Amino acid sequence: MSDLVTQPVSPGRRARVTQEQAEVIATRRVGSYQHLTLVAPGVAELARPGQFVALAVGGESSSTLLRRSFSIHKVSPSGTYGGTVEIVVSAVGAGTRWIASRQAHDLIDVVGPLGRAFPLPTEPVACVLVGGGYGSAPLFWLAAELRARGCHVEMVLGAASEDKLFGVTLARRSSDGVTVTTDDGSAGQRGWVSDVLPEVITSSGAGVVYGCGPMGMLHSITEIASAHGAVAQVAVEESMACGIGICMTCVMPVVGNDGLTRMVRSCVEGPVFRGDRVRWDAFSGSGAHVPPDAVGAPRTGGH
Amino acid sequence: MVEMSTTLSGRRLANPLMTASGCAANGQELHRFFDVAGLGAFVTKSVMADPRSGRDTPRMAETPSGMLNSIGLQGPGIAAFVEHDLPWLASVGATVLPSIAGGSSTEFAHVAAALRASPAFGCVAGVEVNISCPNVANRGLVFACDPLASAKVVALVREQLPRDVPIFAKLSPDVTDITTIAAACVKAGADGLTMINTLLGMAIDTDRLRPQLGGVTGGLSGPGIRPVAVRAIWQVRQAMFEGRIPTVPIIGVGGVRTGNDALELVAAGASAVQVGTATFNDPSAPMRVLAELTELLETKGFASFADVVGIAHVR
Ligand SMILES: Cc1cc2nc3c(=O)[nH]c(=O)nc-3n(C[C@H](O)[C@H](O)[C@H](O)COP(=O)(O)OP(=O)(O)OC[C@H]3O[C@@H](n4cnc5c(N)ncnc54)[C@H](O)[C@@H]3O)c2cc1C
Ligand SMILES: Cc1cc2nc3c(=O)[nH]c(=O)nc-3n(C[C@H](O)[C@H](O)[C@H](O)COP(=O)(O)O)c2cc1C
Ligand code: FES
Repeated sequence: MSDLVTQPVSPGRRARVTQEQAEVIATRRVGSYQHLTLVAPGVAELARPGQFVALAVGGESSSTLLRRSFSIHKVSPSGTYGGTVEIVVSAVGAGTRWIASRQAHDLIDVVGPLGRAFPLPTEPVACVLVGGGYGSAPLFWLAAELRARGCHVEMVLGAASEDKLFGVTLARRSSDGVTVTTDDGSAGQRGWVSDVLPEVITSSGAGVVYGCGPMGMLHSITEIASAHGAVAQVAVEESMACGIGICMTCVMPVVGNDGLTRMVRSCVEGPVFRGDRVRWDAFSGSGAHVPPDAVGAPRTGGH
Repeated sequence: MVEMSTTLSGRRLANPLMTASGCAANGQELHRFFDVAGLGAFVTKSVMADPRSGRDTPRMAETPSGMLNSIGLQGPGIAAFVEHDLPWLASVGATVLPSIAGGSSTEFAHVAAALRASPAFGCVAGVEVNISCPNVANRGLVFACDPLASAKVVALVREQLPRDVPIFAKLSPDVTDITTIAAACVKAGADGLTMINTLLGMAIDTDRLRPQLGGVTGGLSGPGIRPVAVRAIWQVRQAMFEGRIPTVPIIGVGGVRTGNDALELVAAGASAVQVGTATFNDPSAPMRVLAELTELLETKGFASFADVVGIAHVR
């Protein structure tokens, strides 16, 4: 298993990135979500599963200045229209509503690919891919890459209700086994992904658990994976002002290779982190505290 | 072709466009989008003596045409900055305006001394002194709200740096009379002024009905604050014209997103312009603004950028 580096980015590791005016060539409703296909050949060529794109909202004089981030659901580097990138949008606020309401042939300003991809195992180990709500979006592409390496792939998709599940049919095509949970029992098993995960790990003998979804879910995936001797790789979702590493808003406490906790930028050092490196103890309802033992944490009487 | 060079206290810069401190990290991230050596100067994130974790999250809230941030000066500390960041900037040929901060005037002086001792100091065209940060000894009141505290910081930093390296005091707009602070800084040895830092603001999360930022209050930035920057630059420039403050160059910052925005700050009296929050919207904004400003001056028939600095005062 390649170890996920959580140190500051060094020059050699700087990945390539592009900014493109992407044309929307398809948009369709999928349950509660809007699935958009964008022509973005530069992003499509460079992206790896687990990376994300940051989309501008409104035109160039928009009063909504900050970009919105979306996991890359799929790339097709050489489609009929040139390379395309697909995203799955949950319209929760003004920005995502604007993006979700774009029509075919509208242009959206896209920056990407951003962040670090899911590390892939070097051996053909069994893997469980866990997606909460639209968090499943980047996992199908990951599943294909893992299976191409000979890994047995199980998927666990969970959501509050059936309309908030994404890609159940796709999961059946992309994996060797699918388990579905909903909080209200409207599809699959009633309950949470954490209720079924131990059994899926045990029966498949999984060595790696990949997760994408709400923070609370990623925390429990990490604990369950650890308890079963598996490594958790989780893609987090933090409020981001820039998405490209220049503002320091998206930080969270993560333990580095040297054992020290730092407030690291989830947009460039993440969004994928090894679950056991994340200081889950520091998270509360809406954000994360700086742990007192973090590098440069405020001292009593000091800053 | 319009002559775009600008001279700041004896230092000639190829053009007047800069990044804004804290809105560009220390160069490597933006270098993926454009050559940072193409900027008049690259302004780095304010650095303090020791590594700092910054504040709790969430650290941002979006506002109409802007945002609030409460980063809390997260940074690697001056030793790491001098060892890694400054040499990297020098290696790509960037002209650098390091921004320094401190919780006390002696911390500012220590950081300035460490900077001067750096083998990469040759790429430094000037030092920006971020006095809009909390003074630990004065219950966290920012230095820039107090003329005496501001003057003390500026004087101590001035002593640490060679005479031919200009220092720019970065002022806060959250004061009753910005010309008083500007005058105190210039008299204490500031070779120039950077205006403005963010305005103090706050947002309430209406779902949870509590402050949205982990740090409770935060700094307001972005196009929404541009009129405040134009006003501050205008007032200080006016005071210089009237002889109430010795004339020094002003670096304008606050809400610049386009070449036209930059022109406003320049016409009010800025000899250089920084682009901050707009970079979050468009990673190549500083270079785009340079191209737009150049074209605008060309269209308006100006021969050089210098002709436009402060022009609104004489029209
Ligand atoms: C790496 C990453 C991947 C993501 N992938 C997806 C995806 O595949 N599909 C999807 O629907 N959503 C995804 N999100 C969440 C999505 O970015 C937010 O829902 C969106 O930014 C909210 O914008 P808004 O204008 O609708 O909401 P508002 O609440 O109006 O947004 C206000 C501000 O807060 C920020 N913000 C609010 N909620 C979030 C959040 N949950 N995460 C990050 N920033 C937030 C916004 O960027 C904006 O700056 C992802 C977020 C990140 C960080
Ligand atoms: C996220 C963020 C971090 C900032 N950090 C610093 C800093 O470290 N030092 C400083 O002097 N100003 C800092 N600023 C203020 C900017 O340099 C600038 O003065 C201000 O944002 C106004 O310009 P703008 O509207 O173009 O962003 C920061 C601003 C933002 C948005
Ligand atoms: S979102 Fe700006 S540094 Fe990560």
